[in-house]
Amino acid sequence: MTTRQALVEPANVKLVRTDESGEVASAEPVIAQIMITPHRGWHLINFAELWRFRELLYFLTWRDVKIRYKQTLLGAAWAVLQPFMMMIVFTVFLGRMAHVSSGEFPYPVFAYAGLLPWMFFSTAIANAGQSVVGSERLITKIYFPRLAIPMSSVGAALVDFLIAFVVLLGMMLWYRIVPSWNLLMVPVLLALLTLAAVGVGTLLAALNVAYRDFRYVIPFLAQLWMFATPTVYMATADESSPASSQQIAAVDAENSADPQAAAHSRKSADEGAVPDDIQKLLNLNPLTGLIGGFRAATLGGEIGWKQLGYSTVGVVGLFLAGCLYFRRVEDSFADII
Amino acid sequence: MTPVIRIENLSKLYRIDHAAPRRGGGYRTIREDLARLAAAPWRRLTRAWGARANPNSDTTDDFWALKDVSFDVEPGQVVGIVGRNGAGKSTLLKILSRITPPTSGTITINGRVGSLLEVGTGFHPELTGRENIFMNGSILGMSRVEIRAKFDEIVDFSGVETFLDTPVKRYSSGMQVRLAFAVAAHLEPEILVIDEVLAVGDASFQKRCLGKMDAVAKSGRTILFVSHNMAAVESLCSHGAVLSSGELVFHGDQRQAISHYMNGVEKGSAQGRYCLPDDERDAISDNDLRITEAVVTSSGEFQPGGYPIGAPLEFRVKCRASAPVYSPILGIGIDNSLGQRITTLDSKFDPKHLPPETISGEFEFICTVGGLGLVPGEYTVKLAAKANGMAAEVLENAFSFNVNSSDYFGNGRQPGQGVLVVSQHWKIAK
Repeated sequence: MTTRQALVEPANVKLVRTDESGEVASAEPVIAQIMITPHRGWHLINFAELWRFRELLYFLTWRDVKIRYKQTLLGAAWAVLQPFMMMIVFTVFLGRMAHVSSGEFPYPVFAYAGLLPWMFFSTAIANAGQSVVGSERLITKIYFPRLAIPMSSVGAALVDFLIAFVVLLGMMLWYRIVPSWNLLMVPVLLALLTLAAVGVGTLLAALNVAYRDFRYVIPFLAQLWMFATPTVYMATADESSPASSQQIAAVDAENSADPQAAAHSRKSADEGAVPDDIQKLLNLNPLTGLIGGFRAATLGGEIGWKQLGYSTVGVVGLFLAGCLYFRRVEDSFADII
Repeated sequence: MTPVIRIENLSKLYRIDHAAPRRGGGYRTIREDLARLAAAPWRRLTRAWGARANPNSDTTDDFWALKDVSFDVEPGQVVGIVGRNGAGKSTLLKILSRITPPTSGTITINGRVGSLLEVGTGFHPELTGRENIFMNGSILGMSRVEIRAKFDEIVDFSGVETFLDTPVKRYSSGMQVRLAFAVAAHLEPEILVIDEVLAVGDASFQKRCLGKMDAVAKSGRTILFVSHNMAAVESLCSHGAVLSSGELVFHGDQRQAISHYMNGVEKGSAQGRYCLPDDERDAISDNDLRITEAVVTSSGEFQPGGYPIGAPLEFRVKCRASAPVYSPILGIGIDNSLGQRITTLDSKFDPKHLPPETISGEFEFICTVGGLGLVPGEYTVKLAAKANGMAAEVLENAFSFNVNSSDYFGNGRQPGQGVLVVSQHWKIAK
């Protein structure tokens, strides 16, 4: 429904008017007026309303985080264990057995740096997808901006991410990897990743209310998407070698009188990278640039700016699509949930 | 004064999908919707050519939960919304609380709305009582600062202080409800919308709820209150609205609203007597005791228009037993217009009355009641006859009779509020 508000101030705010002489003319309480009318059309996010309900968003996130680890043995350690375990599995199977290249970096930390943002994204969308249906009691009994529900799932996943990020820094220390200035890009990439998670999460959440099939689609989608994103393998050669050593290698190759040595060093740089045609397909995935970029930003490789560009466009598109669709159908949630 | 709530031509439509059971529940699947979308252009084409639409494919029915409801609520009013189950009361509250949109019509609200459609919204069983107070309060619209300020009051009101740090799943249902209501009771919006939350909880809880609501009402807030408890509606509300099958049939003073609602409820004849039709009389079988006629008279006279306050009454109930029955017993229940039982008369209560060992054929119970000081109004009579040690017949709403305003006190004063009128003697001592 369209809820137009004449004034946004809460009802207990008094606005004092003064006339020409500067005297206080009158103190009238300003009342927020709301008109409830039937639902019409598309509308974008009502940021003012979300801001007013920001504390509720905080409480919902806090609740999600708390109940995840209540009465568990390991508590918050689970936030770290998941990506850590995955990393071990991939190290054994892809790193050792299949010899997937991770460029200059040791495979474990390479895999972990890719798995970490990926686990955030996939946990966020899986929980967000189920969140609206799971909050059926809330939706049918009380009013608040429905967007807060999937957003709080993303927020809870973000908390897990931050805990596991500390472990990544620990691992980098262990392998004596010094981060470059690219580390400053991490907040930016994280923001984009969050935006993507909110977009996909809200879309799935809304679709799941009307079409219960989506409950089964989500885990399948997450699996597929993980392999379609260069999480545990490299997308481009440049990305996983530190920028400094790349320059040295390039200069060496040029200066080297031996054409064979030059060709060899160029070849080893290209080894392990994904073939070009697949590269193009990968670029269609908005997460490619983000995950690859995140890994490069933390470990110190070269960020794929072109991929990042594609990703940003893709992420903004996902975000708008998800939120618009959610807003369009949210009014009927209470009736069909 | 501008009304705090203005409802104009509000309607709400629900579509009932009859194909749902066939498809396994009312859930939609993408496969179906896509198929329907693909089929849609074809269907439109065939309709354009005049082909008859398959009646089986149109499997939705329209159900109007609300039809063209319009009324205003002025600031400070306490409006009781009454009606039968399914009349549209909860739907109206849901639309007011912005949980579901109307199909047509508008509502204009001036002020913050706090909704209490269920006690314990947002409660999570894994969180402790303390955490749930914050969670629930935040969901109901209170800010963190507000909750912290009122925290002690809330805990005090609920009485669960010792268990504040245990997960709510360990609370008894009574404790949960008390805690939930304690939080909700400390909401301070201008407009409060309450949906039958008084139906849960034990007697002391209900009393506390009513007390709190009374306090809120007296503080000048506007309250919309849905309930089936007519006594609560009468004492708390200033105005009443009656909904019936989605339509507003009455809006005005709360007492009139209540009687309007109660009159709509199916009742026995309000003619002051009950009569079993002849064919049923003849069909009375063996070992059966049936009530054939019932009437209330005063000093032997039957007055269909009603009786004055305090008039002596006789309840005459004729019964017929085709075969001899032993120990016939009759119970009479007198209910007022709010559905409250005023008194119960029973042939067992008279120490001087000994029912005959056996009796057969037609006989009559006559119960004489001295000055029953009933307040003017309409009263419904329930009859329960027993014989052979078992219940023979129970008539829920056998008939109604009126008690009319009359000069009971002898000086022209009319009795005030209440259920009884009593003769009283006053003096002032120094």
